[in-house]
Amino acid sequence: MGRKLTDLLCRFYLAIIMIFLYVPILVMVVLSFNSSRSRVVWEGFTLSWYARLFSSKQILGALATTLEVALLSAAISLVIGTLAALGISAMRRREYTITMALTNIPMLNADIVTGIALMLWFIHFMPLSFNTVLIAHITFNIPYVILAVLPKVQQMNISIYEASRDLGANAVYGFFTMLLPQLTGGLVAGFFMAFTLSMDDFVITYFTKGAGFNTLTTMIYGEIRKGIKPEMYALSTMIFVTVFAILLAVNVLRGKEEKDEAYY
Amino acid sequence: MSGLTKRFKWLATPYLLWSVGFTVIPLIVIVRYALTDDTGAFTLSNITAIADPIHARAFLFSLEIALGCTLICILLAYPLVMAFRRLRLSRGKFMMFVLILPMWMNFILRLLAWQMLLSSNGIINNLLMRLGLSPLKIANTWAAVMIGVVYEYLPFVVLPIYNAVMDIDKGVIEAAKDLGAGSMRTFWRVIFPLSMPGLKSGITMVFVPSMTSFVIADLLGGGKLQLIGNVIEQEFTHSMNWHLGSGLSVALMVFVLASMALTVKSENNVEEDRKNWEES
Amino acid sequence: MRHTIKPSKTLPAAALLAFALALTGCGGGSSENKEASEKRSLTVFNYSEYLDPDVLDAFTEETGIGIKYEEALTPEDMYTKYKSGAIGYDVLCTADYMVKRLISEDEVQKIDLDSFENAGNIGERYWDMAKAFDPDNTYAVPHFWGTLGILYNTTMVDEPVDSWGVLFDGSCAGNIIMQNSERDTFMLALKYLGYSLNTDSEDEIREAQELLMNQEDDVQAWLVDEARDEVVAGNAAMAVVYSGEAYLGHQYNEDLEYVIPKEGSEIWIDSWVVTKDCADKDAAQQFLDYLCREDVAKKNFEYIYYSTPNEAVIDSLDEEDRSNEAMVPSDKATENCEVCTQIDPEVTALYNQLWKELKAN
Repeated sequence: MGRKLTDLLCRFYLAIIMIFLYVPILVMVVLSFNSSRSRVVWEGFTLSWYARLFSSKQILGALATTLEVALLSAAISLVIGTLAALGISAMRRREYTITMALTNIPMLNADIVTGIALMLWFIHFMPLSFNTVLIAHITFNIPYVILAVLPKVQQMNISIYEASRDLGANAVYGFFTMLLPQLTGGLVAGFFMAFTLSMDDFVITYFTKGAGFNTLTTMIYGEIRKGIKPEMYALSTMIFVTVFAILLAVNVLRGKEEKDEAYY
Repeated sequence: MSGLTKRFKWLATPYLLWSVGFTVIPLIVIVRYALTDDTGAFTLSNITAIADPIHARAFLFSLEIALGCTLICILLAYPLVMAFRRLRLSRGKFMMFVLILPMWMNFILRLLAWQMLLSSNGIINNLLMRLGLSPLKIANTWAAVMIGVVYEYLPFVVLPIYNAVMDIDKGVIEAAKDLGAGSMRTFWRVIFPLSMPGLKSGITMVFVPSMTSFVIADLLGGGKLQLIGNVIEQEFTHSMNWHLGSGLSVALMVFVLASMALTVKSENNVEEDRKNWEES
Repeated sequence: MRHTIKPSKTLPAAALLAFALALTGCGGGSSENKEASEKRSLTVFNYSEYLDPDVLDAFTEETGIGIKYEEALTPEDMYTKYKSGAIGYDVLCTADYMVKRLISEDEVQKIDLDSFENAGNIGERYWDMAKAFDPDNTYAVPHFWGTLGILYNTTMVDEPVDSWGVLFDGSCAGNIIMQNSERDTFMLALKYLGYSLNTDSEDEIREAQELLMNQEDDVQAWLVDEARDEVVAGNAAMAVVYSGEAYLGHQYNEDLEYVIPKEGSEIWIDSWVVTKDCADKDAAQQFLDYLCREDVAKKNFEYIYYSTPNEAVIDSLDEEDRSNEAMVPSDKATENCEVCTQIDPEVTALYNQLWKELKAN
């Protein structure tokens, strides 16, 4: 098979997968411009949902809560998870096996079981609130952070750290300057994984949240019956466009750097 | 390989505490519900209830969906990763973000979009009819649920496989080619075996969620199709039978752990060898 | 919760809690401050999208009483969440039979209707209906009401629909959307068979289940209110829906008609109750009174267009809307209808079991 043909096949396949991934997003974007409240009736083009979005306290509040939970839980699980990965890699075989089994539990457990188990446990000693959601999210995020960071820890070159210690650097300074930079890839991956999972979680949030606030997922779930409010589609479109623009910008900048550095 | 000495072990303490507090103890709470009845007496009936025809049926359907989903995701993922490699799209991780980006859109909204695409008078069928083709009957069938789970979980399979394949030393692949191995042979003999860790974590992340994602089954199955997740959810929220709900959850967990233990066993042996070797 | 906290559990729990709170402190601080600044507050539990959220803010502005608002999809979900004790609800709005169940379980407290300024806005007709589950009108304040019927697309059926039979005779196989709700589904089958929907006869209920079981292949989907959109879009010829969905359905698609089948149906009334654990009963009553006020009830009515029991609002409608059967069902249309009040625990358990079998079919 010719090289060109194979390349073409690759591109074709890539295109199909992209269509599969992005057609639903396109539907959402189109719906955000539909002037009808009903998603199944097209009544013409409007931008009014975008305007209304910014005056909806409920939606903006849910967005803020969602981001707050996602950022906090990702950050906290990043800290706990990274420390854990370092600790785990220093463990002996038996401890290692047990800890890794522990790490696998939340990932192998159905969301619904995790959510309900946490709810049943929380009501023993604390009322459901923002904090319970945060704790729940941290709980299911940590394993993903560990899985992302652990391989990097295992590949880590530790001799430069020890050399720095020999040269009189203290442990904390040595850790931050010699070891942590080597983990960057894993840290970034772990943080984004955690952030994404947290943003998208419905089941666990649903069971562990207290009254009086919503995340975007729980709010949307409540709207399924009467029809999703078009403002939601507007919000999604805006999130999508923003993130995509950032990605594109980062990529263009990076691409330039790479080209400048090493063009062969 | 890391040479972190034993004194680093205590760094895992916060995690272990957290894990005991919010993973192990809640699990014990669930197990306690599973092993008791309304009066608090010990019983196994909540767990054995998984064999009840109603539950067994949902369980088997979940298994079909999960196996199908995992397999389809893997079959879609490898060509995708290889295409990325071939077209040199791995740079800057841009394509990876393109894969993840849809996940940042709310998953319920994405599922509802699929509902609109697939419904009998929906977007796809209208397109088909305009092209003179006969409409499809996908809405509210297992096929719709399958599309939903594959759509939702595909990135979770692609990402680890992608990372594993990208971690393979270019020299290894070049060497295989230099030794005269064709593309297919290089893939099966070199790339595929070396991507195993990625494949395994992909399977881990997809299999269980696709068995229990009751929201997907509800939205795309039209309430006609029940995953074991739906049954568990109904027991907790609708029938208020927490004991039975917990029992079914525990049965599911036991099944998952058992099957994982079987598949991971071979991997474990390798791991143990490594650890043994490290310690000696 | 059924289990009390044992001392041995409290200590490690407290330690963990302290640990967790220390780590999550930054997030918790802000929400707790908010609570402190609002001295009085109510936790309100309602069906989702069942009132205009602006109404809640306006209430807080007027009275200084904060509202924590929480939603659920079905009466059963509400009951479970309420009973779990995970959240202390003060006021909730739920279905007729669920109100009766809560009354019989001593979960709700009496309301002093004499202290209400606007209770008179709720028509005598609706107070009478509510007597089916609250005989002395002492616990519940009606919120919305309606019937259960069939919303169908006149262009997709051969002749006008007037009987539940159309769901069972196979004439619309594959084009039917059923109501994904245990009680409503059994009730329509019982009505079709000519039984009371409040029957406690196991044979009759089982017969209804058999009827529904045989319908399996004819059903396109089991949905709740989203069924309306499916009929509007032409994805299905008909759906079993609450009357409230009919008005909007007709607005979006003029071919849609709503009918209460001739065999009769159910009248449902969703009402507000005050829970027994509500500490600030005065605030709760103020809130319910507020919901009866004409301008507030009107806002809620215009938010979802369900039938309101608020006569003041009905009087303010124009003639066309007032004579719209979907908006204000007449006595004649509802003469064969009953309010569901069956709360016998054994019958409830039977329903649960048969429903499970039906959905697993």
